[in-house]
Amino acid sequence: MARHTIPFEPDDPCHSFLTTCTPAEYGDGPLAGVAVAVKDNISTKGIETTCASKILKGYIPPYDAHVVGLLRSAGAAIVGKTNMDEFGMGTTTENSAFGPTLNPCDPSRVPGGSSGGSAAAVAAGMVRMALGSDTGGSIRCPAAFCGIVGLKPSYGRVSRYGLIAYSNSLEQIGPLGKTVQDISTLMGVIAGYDRHDSTSQDRPYRHTPAADIKGLKIGIPEEYFGRGVDPHVADVVRKAIARLEECGATTVPCSIPSMEYALAAYYVTCTSEASSNLARFDGVRYGPPPDTRKPWHDAFQEVRRAGFGAEVRRRILLGTFALSSGYYGKYYAKAQVARENVREDFNRIFHDVDVIAGPTMPTIAFKLKEKTDPLSMYLADILTVPANLAGIPSISVPCGSSEGMPVGLQIMGRMFEDERVVDVAYAYEQAVN
Amino acid sequence: MVTEHEVQHIAKLADIGINTEELGTFTAQFNAILDYFDTLDTVKGEGTGTSELFNVLREDEVEISLPQEDVLRNAPATEDGFIKAPRVM
Repeated sequence: MARHTIPFEPDDPCHSFLTTCTPAEYGDGPLAGVAVAVKDNISTKGIETTCASKILKGYIPPYDAHVVGLLRSAGAAIVGKTNMDEFGMGTTTENSAFGPTLNPCDPSRVPGGSSGGSAAAVAAGMVRMALGSDTGGSIRCPAAFCGIVGLKPSYGRVSRYGLIAYSNSLEQIGPLGKTVQDISTLMGVIAGYDRHDSTSQDRPYRHTPAADIKGLKIGIPEEYFGRGVDPHVADVVRKAIARLEECGATTVPCSIPSMEYALAAYYVTCTSEASSNLARFDGVRYGPPPDTRKPWHDAFQEVRRAGFGAEVRRRILLGTFALSSGYYGKYYAKAQVARENVREDFNRIFHDVDVIAGPTMPTIAFKLKEKTDPLSMYLADILTVPANLAGIPSISVPCGSSEGMPVGLQIMGRMFEDERVVDVAYAYEQAVN
Repeated sequence: MVTEHEVQHIAKLADIGINTEELGTFTAQFNAILDYFDTLDTVKGEGTGTSELFNVLREDEVEISLPQEDVLRNAPATEDGFIKAPRVM
């Protein structure tokens, strides 16, 4: 295969990248020569991959994630690895061990997270498209805050092989881009079956976005416009939905009662899975070396105290607690029942409607250092986590602004109907442009 | 209410390492978050289990894998093709 290179030495005032590849190699294919940025929790052979954590500083993966192999085969130029909240744990990208990313729309604000570097790189025009990962909103949140498009695919459509695991049952790799057409093209490259991921589904994505939404029924959940949602943001999103009605869609009010406890169920589940997944980081096989003369508990505690940031340690503690004897029934078991209830709420609603629409985030992008209390940060994820708990596809598309900052319209669809949420986003994008 | 002593115990179970200075902050944040998690007490139902899930297995056959040299490349300390770890006894 012919290999070519492009130089990639951009100005990066917003600190989107942790690593850049200069020159970046590319081949022939549908993405020949297209600059693509990759979130730093996705393994890239020969390119440092840190998850924005000191504990993986210097780690060079010996293999490519499945999606990275697909990108290379499609001819894409992988130009670098993007900043993120450490291990994906955060909503602002301020939890990176290597400093925050700034929002290109207003550098005094956060880009959202955890895929903040990927979103900022696209928004600043440094790359046409990027890969992120979404455990509880980590693609859609930064897409909304930076004014670009981001898709969290249905669980199982994109292989997680080579994605450094944080919460396996919730997370998916997905595309970010300036336009719906671009994320659709990237989704076409990365979706499909992979035998190395036991949750992978044989559902490739071969779709060209179509803007015809005549007769489409859109559910409008009251919870997405209620308590905790900035009224200005809600107004912008209501106007966007009215635009979809002008395109021939009809709206139906609906309710997701399980939203009452969905966020708690999400945090119990993701911290529990994290406490198990992150047990592997002890400095033995990669990372900063433990003192091999000390007893192993002491040696590992030293490595992990120095190597993990505060939020990662907090989540490992919470998850260890939620799974511990005496508390498992109260937290983890209950969270799994809650998760089923969320799924059932969606199934019931999707009986009557084709998609569900609402704001992606309850507010516009926060100021840097505005959110310091962990719980208030967690609450910002309330509108994005339901799609992860249910496994359904969800897209965020820019739909206007509030206080000069972008607002995202979120469209959720039935399981494996990623094509439909893409079409609705495309219809909106075509109607306003 | 979770006490500082319990947080310390959990930190030990998780091999996370915790300083005395940060113990108070962690415990306070822990309690605020657990208070919020109490909303799970209102969850109704037992859960029916998800029927569409099934196990994915494969034959336990030896396949081509990464060369040992590549696997060891990221390890901070190796000896005779093995990874060096802290003592367990």
